[in-house]
Amino acid sequence: MTRAKRNRLIYNIVTFVLVIGAFILLQSMIANKSITRSLKGQLVPICCWVVMAVSLNLVIGISGELSLGHAGFMSVGAYTGAVVSGWLLNACAIENTTLRLVLAIVAGGIMAGVMGALIGIPVLRLRGDYLAIVTLAFGEIIRNLVNVLYVGVADGRLAFSFLNKKMPEGVTMLVDGAKGAVKIKPVSTFTAGFVLIMITLLVVLNLVNSRAGRAIKATRDNRIAAESMGVPVTKYKMMAFVTAAALAGMAGALYGLNSSTVVPTQFTFNQSINVLVFVVLGGLGNVLGSVISATLLTVLPEMLRAFSDYRMLVYAVVLILVMIFTNNPLIRSVMNSAIAPLKRTLRGKKQGGDIA
Amino acid sequence: MIFLDNLINGLSLGSIYAIIALGYTMVYGIAKMLNFAHGDVIMIGAYIAFCGLQYWGLPPVIAILAAMAVCTLLGVTIEGLAYRPLRQATSLAVLITAIGMSYLLQNIALMIWGANPKSFPRTFINGASIRIGQLNISSATIWTILANIVIMVALTLFTAKTKMGKAMRCVSEDRGAAELMGINVNRTISMTFAIGSALAAIAGVLLCSSYPILQPTTGSMPGIKAFTAAVFGGIGSIPGAMIGGVLLGVIEIFGKAYISTELGDAIVFAVLIVVLLVKPTGLLGKPVREKV
Repeated sequence: MTRAKRNRLIYNIVTFVLVIGAFILLQSMIANKSITRSLKGQLVPICCWVVMAVSLNLVIGISGELSLGHAGFMSVGAYTGAVVSGWLLNACAIENTTLRLVLAIVAGGIMAGVMGALIGIPVLRLRGDYLAIVTLAFGEIIRNLVNVLYVGVADGRLAFSFLNKKMPEGVTMLVDGAKGAVKIKPVSTFTAGFVLIMITLLVVLNLVNSRAGRAIKATRDNRIAAESMGVPVTKYKMMAFVTAAALAGMAGALYGLNSSTVVPTQFTFNQSINVLVFVVLGGLGNVLGSVISATLLTVLPEMLRAFSDYRMLVYAVVLILVMIFTNNPLIRSVMNSAIAPLKRTLRGKKQGGDIA
Repeated sequence: MIFLDNLINGLSLGSIYAIIALGYTMVYGIAKMLNFAHGDVIMIGAYIAFCGLQYWGLPPVIAILAAMAVCTLLGVTIEGLAYRPLRQATSLAVLITAIGMSYLLQNIALMIWGANPKSFPRTFINGASIRIGQLNISSATIWTILANIVIMVALTLFTAKTKMGKAMRCVSEDRGAAELMGINVNRTISMTFAIGSALAAIAGVLLCSSYPILQPTTGSMPGIKAFTAAVFGGIGSIPGAMIGGVLLGVIEIFGKAYISTELGDAIVFAVLIVVLLVKPTGLLGKPVREKV
């Protein structure tokens, strides 16, 4: 086994062990009631944000494109999930909450994936920063559209209306325009969130370490070189983008079904930036880093009231400083020479065959 | 008559977009980066003009000049502190930094001026409106369109005739070769930011004269739409930014009037996606050939 392969294996195992360990720890804390109320209420949102961060990292860190509409995909998932769950309860009388949750999450993922494909087709064949601006625009379009979307259900049939609320008699509203998705029966559980995180990690880590993943990274590092080696650039960029969109949709469905209402203002540009900060702070391309930073940055503002007032200000500074410190050649060489002796002592005398 | 009213409103809004889009397109053409913070420089400019008029009692022209001076300084500072260290970095890193900068400006404005919307004072810009037959043209509209034309002509002359303008065109064409020819690339890029930011201050004042609600997020939406306009017209092209901006403004006002008020923004962004699908280089953009 080469050193690179071994390192990757260790990294993956550490990631999974940490997540599973955290889940077991939290479950036992719930079982003997030593968990605080506020933290317990945050468990499902934490799972959602972890999935969001890991999936956005797939786009930004692995494929090197910037997506600013991740909250838009989340919103698509949340609305789809709410409608599907409401319809299943009304039309098919499925009382089993787990089944409803699973179907809603799957539907949310599919819907967001389709949206991702629709956006990806015109944009990903272009070079340059277009994906950023188009995904940003997409987020705004979605927010505009759901603001004037009305969905009701009656006798097992869905009624859609756009721009004006013309509904047949006796419908139960599922989506009520600017009021958002209403009267949701919360069905999300922490276990479901954990399973979703595991699925996300499996999908993303497998994709990254596969033939497709190497092609995606080659495209990121040098598009022209990858193209001339015969890598179909657009196809692989699409693969990363659509996967990330679908995962964000699934997280959105889980998030939406965790509360009784979902409003369009929950999924603004600010939320996309939040997730971006998780990814940047965790390290571009570093999946475990995304998991940790998403968890910490979701819990911290709740715990530190003073911090939550200046959160966005601090985030802005973090974005700028992290980028300058990791990308400026001068600062990097200074940092590297400062860290180098430390690294050498840590590694011991095992210098020499540095293949990785 | 309603049609003409809408058309004139569209032209006015479009002229504001065009002035903002100029800042985007010049920076994109020369520094090859999407300066996300441009929209927030507009907002800062509007706040400075607001303070000048409301608190310091400056005459309108001086207040606008003060806003331009502050924005110019701000633009050059942002470029020097945040973007210059990343000159060799990937476009992703620069873009994330620009987003951070945009957020930083918004939050600083939030700390200084608070979240409550301020209403922009009336100046000579929104004076008495002019009646031509049944048509009512507000004075802000006339000033906006006039400013747009003057800026357009001045910028075209500047890039075509002056030494600095020629240096800008050189840097945008080939940065390495420009450097070899003895052009100070860093100074040229700073100059671009200075001009773009000064224009942003004018755009901020004009925007708030027509839509007099001022808050820390005032600049972000017009900023994004102006970028859309720049892409529409062909990014990097100065006349393209003009045409794109005006067309986008007209499309937005007509969309709001004849399709749906709530969907105005969605229509504008749908235009962006259609343009990228049909003609990614925009109306006046030249296709870029890449040498390997």
